[in-house]
Amino acid sequence: MGDMAQPEAPTVPPGAEQPRCVYRHRLPTRIWHWVNAVTLLILLMSGLMIFNAHPRLYWGQYGANPDHAWFAVGATPTTGFVRIGETRIETTGVLGRWTDGQGVEQTWAFPGWATIPTSYSLADGRRWHLFFAWVLAIGLTLYMIWTAIGGHLRRDLHVRRYEWSPRHIWHDIKDHARLRFPKGEAAARYNILQKLSYIGVIFVLLPLMIFTGLTMSPGMGAAWPWLLDIFGGRQSARSLHFIAAWLLVAFFFVHIVMVLLAGPVNEIRSMVSGWFRLPPEKGE
Amino acid sequence: MSDILLPRRQWIARAGGLVAAAGALPLLAGCDAINEAPITRKILSMGEDMHRGSQRALMDRDALAREFGRADLSPVFRSNGTKLPPGAAYAGHAATGFADWRVAVTGLVAKPLSLSMADIRTMPQRSQITRHDCVEGWSAIGEWTGVQLRRILAAAQLKDAARFIVFRCADRIGDALYYESCDLIDALHPQTILAWALNRELLPIANGAPLRLRIERQLGYKHAKYVTGIEAVASLDGIGAGKGGYWEDRIDYEWYAGI
Repeated sequence: MGDMAQPEAPTVPPGAEQPRCVYRHRLPTRIWHWVNAVTLLILLMSGLMIFNAHPRLYWGQYGANPDHAWFAVGATPTTGFVRIGETRIETTGVLGRWTDGQGVEQTWAFPGWATIPTSYSLADGRRWHLFFAWVLAIGLTLYMIWTAIGGHLRRDLHVRRYEWSPRHIWHDIKDHARLRFPKGEAAARYNILQKLSYIGVIFVLLPLMIFTGLTMSPGMGAAWPWLLDIFGGRQSARSLHFIAAWLLVAFFFVHIVMVLLAGPVNEIRSMVSGWFRLPPEKGE
Repeated sequence: MSDILLPRRQWIARAGGLVAAAGALPLLAGCDAINEAPITRKILSMGEDMHRGSQRALMDRDALAREFGRADLSPVFRSNGTKLPPGAAYAGHAATGFADWRVAVTGLVAKPLSLSMADIRTMPQRSQITRHDCVEGWSAIGEWTGVQLRRILAAAQLKDAARFIVFRCADRIGDALYYESCDLIDALHPQTILAWALNRELLPIANGAPLRLRIERQLGYKHAKYVTGIEAVASLDGIGAGKGGYWEDRIDYEWYAGI
């Protein structure tokens, strides 16, 4: 049956004497992971460029400069600031007012090192963003189909009934907080927090990014008017798109910290070759 | 502004610049080189084709952009781009209430027309409360009144060879007059109108007086203001730089601005 039928759960590699290595990530997972790593970075940076064209966010169907923005990045003659609601935070040097590589002070919201391209071009930011939006959407669709029919969802991401118990979740939170990571066979399976994170990203955050993105499109507003009803308008969708983007950034940082703490070489190898070396149990 | 605060701010700003210069400059330069490469531009522009193709496949030719109620109107309708076309000719028109303004309907039509504002206002009118979406990200909702472009094209008897409609404008930006274009699907769409009123008042100059295009399923830069000419063509080659619009030619905005 080939690769598709191979279980993702522990498998003893041929010739191995002890079940110390498990085939943890199948090829579609590994390809999608790395394609996404690049795609999401490009979407974030080109998205920040697009945000720079109008660094204000609103709730509702409409919103422009005369209307109240719940979030804004701006500049005074000497400083840069972020305003959330009525709270102003000075961000000179990073947001709203910063110095570019040539030593020139700029007053765009996000600095050149965070955007694609590095100097202001809404047109180019949109070209990158709207192309890689396709890479994300097609990749996510294919991956969702594969996780559903290939068994990954049922076998690895499905949250068992006992895992939903508050005591179990609390126990896992404590283990994470104490940096106590599972050893041996337990490390081959996803724990409840991992499952919820991956489900949240694959089935909530990434679809939310795509659908809020589409809601901002005047063409899609005509094709799928229900998008405007679901998200409460183009400007609400734009706000949600921005918030969800930062939730993905937050996921990224937690993900990286977890990889570093759990053993970066082993973790990265498993996402390249598929093989994961189980951390030895105590006393082994 | 306190003198004590200033050096700190400068220091932070300088530190930010140093970080960029030391660590990231070569990387950033590399990114920009990739951005400029013709092959990159070619690949990225496939995204626009896919958006156009998929949106056209997903929606009916006449699928309407959402129409809102008067309660949804933006309190202030923001203007953008040209707010006052330069030059004595336009100023003269504005002074006389655009009494002598003419809109030429030319190109691949059997019956070229030259329409006055009075001609346009005596044709059957359509009013629609729609959301104007700027490419920059903001939106404003306004009520537009005008004549459907399909009526003008029918009166001029569009020829079979026509594939695109080009809109000529009176506002000069830098070296050239603004222009835009659309295909016949958008040109014949029921909400595509040449509007002379915004929120039941004569169109303000900042919003394109005396006449502007509304092409509701696309972004704001497609909505040509100060319209002086409507030209039916078989191809966009040879018009401007051939990409179908002022900003398309100059900074590579998408010609299909449905997203």
